Amino acid sequence: MAEMQIAEKVSNQKQREQDPIYNDFSMVVATVNGSGSQTANMAIIRSLFRMGIPVSGKNLFPSNIQGLPTWFTIRASSDGFTARRDTTEILVAMNVTTFIEDLEELTPGGVCFYSDDFAVPGNRNDIVLYPMPIRKLVKEVNPPAALRDYVANMVYVGVLAQMLGIEMEEVHRALETHFTGNKRPIELNMSMIEAAALWAEKNLEKIDPYFLKREDKTKGQILIDGNTAAALGAIYGGVTFAAWYPITPASSLADALEEYLPQLRCQDGGCKATYSIIQAEDELAAIGMALGAGWSGARAMTSTSGPGIALMAEFAGLAFQAEIPVVIWDVQRMGPSTGLPTRTSQGDIFFVRFLGAGDTRHIILLPGNMKECFEFGWKAFDIAERIQSAVFVLSDLDLGMNLWMSEPLEYPDQPMDRGKILNEEDLERLGDFARYRDVDGDGIAYRTLPGTNHPLAAYFTRGTGHDEYAIYSERPDDWEANMERLWRKHETAKAYLPPPVIEKMDGASIGLIAFGSTDPAVREAQARLVGENIRTDYLRLTSIPFRDEVIDFVRSHEKVYVIEMNHDGQMRQLLQLEMPDQAVKIHSIRKNNGLPLSAGWITPALLEAEGG
Amino acid sequence: MAIRVENKQSGPSRTNLMGLTRNDYKGRPTTLCQGCGHNSIASQIMAACYENSIPPEKVIKISGIGCSSKSPAYFMSRSHGFNSLHGRMPSIATGAVLVNRELIAIGVSGDGDTASIGIGQFIHLLRRNLPMVYIVENNGVYGLTKGQFSATADKVQVLKKIGENPFFPVDVCMEALIANCGFVARSFAGDPKQVKELIKAALSFNGTAVLDIISPCVTFNNRDESTKSYAWGKEHEIPIHDVTFVPRYDEIAVDYEPGEGTEVELHDGSTLMLKKLEQDYDPTDRKAAIMLLEETRARQVLATGLIYINKDQPPLQEVEELVDTPLTRLREEDLRPSPESLLEVLESFR
Repeated sequence: MAEMQIAEKVSNQKQREQDPIYNDFSMVVATVNGSGSQTANMAIIRSLFRMGIPVSGKNLFPSNIQGLPTWFTIRASSDGFTARRDTTEILVAMNVTTFIEDLEELTPGGVCFYSDDFAVPGNRNDIVLYPMPIRKLVKEVNPPAALRDYVANMVYVGVLAQMLGIEMEEVHRALETHFTGNKRPIELNMSMIEAAALWAEKNLEKIDPYFLKREDKTKGQILIDGNTAAALGAIYGGVTFAAWYPITPASSLADALEEYLPQLRCQDGGCKATYSIIQAEDELAAIGMALGAGWSGARAMTSTSGPGIALMAEFAGLAFQAEIPVVIWDVQRMGPSTGLPTRTSQGDIFFVRFLGAGDTRHIILLPGNMKECFEFGWKAFDIAERIQSAVFVLSDLDLGMNLWMSEPLEYPDQPMDRGKILNEEDLERLGDFARYRDVDGDGIAYRTLPGTNHPLAAYFTRGTGHDEYAIYSERPDDWEANMERLWRKHETAKAYLPPPVIEKMDGASIGLIAFGSTDPAVREAQARLVGENIRTDYLRLTSIPFRDEVIDFVRSHEKVYVIEMNHDGQMRQLLQLEMPDQAVKIHSIRKNNGLPLSAGWITPALLEAEGG
Repeated sequence: MAIRVENKQSGPSRTNLMGLTRNDYKGRPTTLCQGCGHNSIASQIMAACYENSIPPEKVIKISGIGCSSKSPAYFMSRSHGFNSLHGRMPSIATGAVLVNRELIAIGVSGDGDTASIGIGQFIHLLRRNLPMVYIVENNGVYGLTKGQFSATADKVQVLKKIGENPFFPVDVCMEALIANCGFVARSFAGDPKQVKELIKAALSFNGTAVLDIISPCVTFNNRDESTKSYAWGKEHEIPIHDVTFVPRYDEIAVDYEPGEGTEVELHDGSTLMLKKLEQDYDPTDRKAAIMLLEETRARQVLATGLIYINKDQPPLQEVEELVDTPLTRLREEDLRPSPESLLEVLESFR
């Protein structure tokens, strides 16, 4: 198709008389998994971010290596809303198999950039269509054959840059970051981008209303994913041992440990490690190793997702019963069973809280943003060693694997808390040691580490019933006394847990409770609800067991909605269990379909619940 | 012709080189059945550690679940112990030892704990070559749950409750060989001297040392025809050599003709002296080791001794390139990178 004809076709489309819309759209890039579009998408996000435009990037990908459809969503929001948006204003169609479907999803008035060899259906007269002659442009630039498909993705970067107004200088800088200054790929990709931009300038007439322009709203911020933030948190928390088994969406957490530990934590001229990372044979072994290391005195962790948590159940119970510090990251994905391995959910709350036989219950931290992924990354070790128990950190796929704009991660503001440990001098002074005796009345007993060079130091760790001296006991009194102490200990834990984040609104009539990755959607919904004359207070949970602030929040509101991504309203039920007298006023707003929550769903759901 | 060794530990001396008495290596009273092979092995562990002058505080005793796994409570109370989960002792050991490379780990497992529920972790432990002594107290039966077949039970063996076992047994030593283990030994609880010498050697080996010790269950599997019984063991044991362990600090006076024995120097400088018995046997030949297991199985005899040794494989802490200080002793300044380093990292996310 000749270039003139394309331009003609485009200009024949009805031009809408509409004011320009700046820095406010959701764009979907529809590609084929494994086609190398990640570089292109990252370049776009980074460019927008560096133009000072609040942005987020979410990858909706299949459980597949190559060949299945994948969608990358980029949201630009001058107002700073970075949650997933239900509507798509701009579509970049690079996958012919989903083209029709993708077009149907496009909002009226939306824009579609598509590969010009796709057949365009005739039923969308309400959108703007821009064809991109991808093959022709790639041929002109003529990259090495092996790189052709990758470089082809740069065509849409160039066209978008021209048509939306992405600054070419920022695109170049973004590639520099992506390829860490490696000249060759930067130049090759840039030449493709520039050729595409030039073609668009000559051949496409701008008739859609979406524009990007430089702002000043990302200053000082960073773009990061939660798994990387978590790994960095662990490193600054002094992790000495991590064991893991590959699983989506948790693997990149261990990858980030492997990436950053050598540069941040080596000794003796940079070649000897102050840590050990083991890829275990399965999740049973991963948590077993972490427990062994925690028992020995390490800051030990493992990272996994739902199916891995299922395998870890027996060891989790042992950590609770034998009182061994260990940190377990659960980057949640959709269950039950294998579920949707590449889609997000908050469905492991119940399972993790009570993971283990009998009266087991666990401490849970709930990071809701990048700063908390980092902060809880180090704090989890302090809590685990202080309380001598497993500490679970519940992230999810959306937090863990997607790119989030964030205030800079903050260096730990407290020294490490290594908990109650007796050394040789302590033992000499005390003249007696009972591993499970509540000396201080807070339920936390003192421990010794293996290798402590004193005849009194040893004790026998076991999952079986034991007395204060850790000696096997089936005596009912011993069992009850120990369980009572464990309960006391978990009450004590509350004081060491991060408090909830509470934001009050003048004239608020109802309270919202949420946690984790839904935070941006909840905030956006709050803003929308104000427009509907519903004002809300908001409590974001950051830990379980619930601290007093949570109880007070529920008590002080006539009606509370718990917003979450699971079918059963698990957090709502936990809150109801905690305060049965308040149960009837705790309501549930829940959605669990694999997609991150959106304000576009929360708002009408809440309006309906409020009878509006 | 005997090998004569002057050993400072033997004889009238009432303390070892650490100044400790045999009492300092004692555990709590056993709750296993009277006559259980496991008790005999526990005694030899104590004797080996005492005679090797190993400080009990440096030892960790680790186990899974089962009769065998209870036994760490019955030796060396001055050592930290960890009676963990069924079949999962290797993972606990891996974490515990990696973060404190000065610990000496003695793992006690059983045939159910190792060859059934724990076969996966067992193989991967050997693959990683974690320094530890891994004892399998092998009796072919689940004792604690009152007499079910284990994976090492003889084919066509008959048990009171269950009847006849239709399956071929797992050979722990063969599995260890296939998994590239660098120290594979077999012994018999009814041969305490050999058990002790092999444990001493295993304690000096820098890597995973597997000892498959036939340890009769007097309650559920001690019928004379069972290959895990005292009677059968006594009748059919054929030591492949006479084993004597000589600590590094002992003067050795050897008295045998060339060709009649082999000396194996271990990682800590001690020596294992293997005196030739019926026929030549080279424990550094992996193929010969596999042949030996095949042949003795076919002949229905219990070949005991050091079946295979390979000192050249790096132990896990070396593969991991760890600092010399145990990770558990590193301080905050070693573990928490500087504020400046964080700023630098953050710059890459802008």
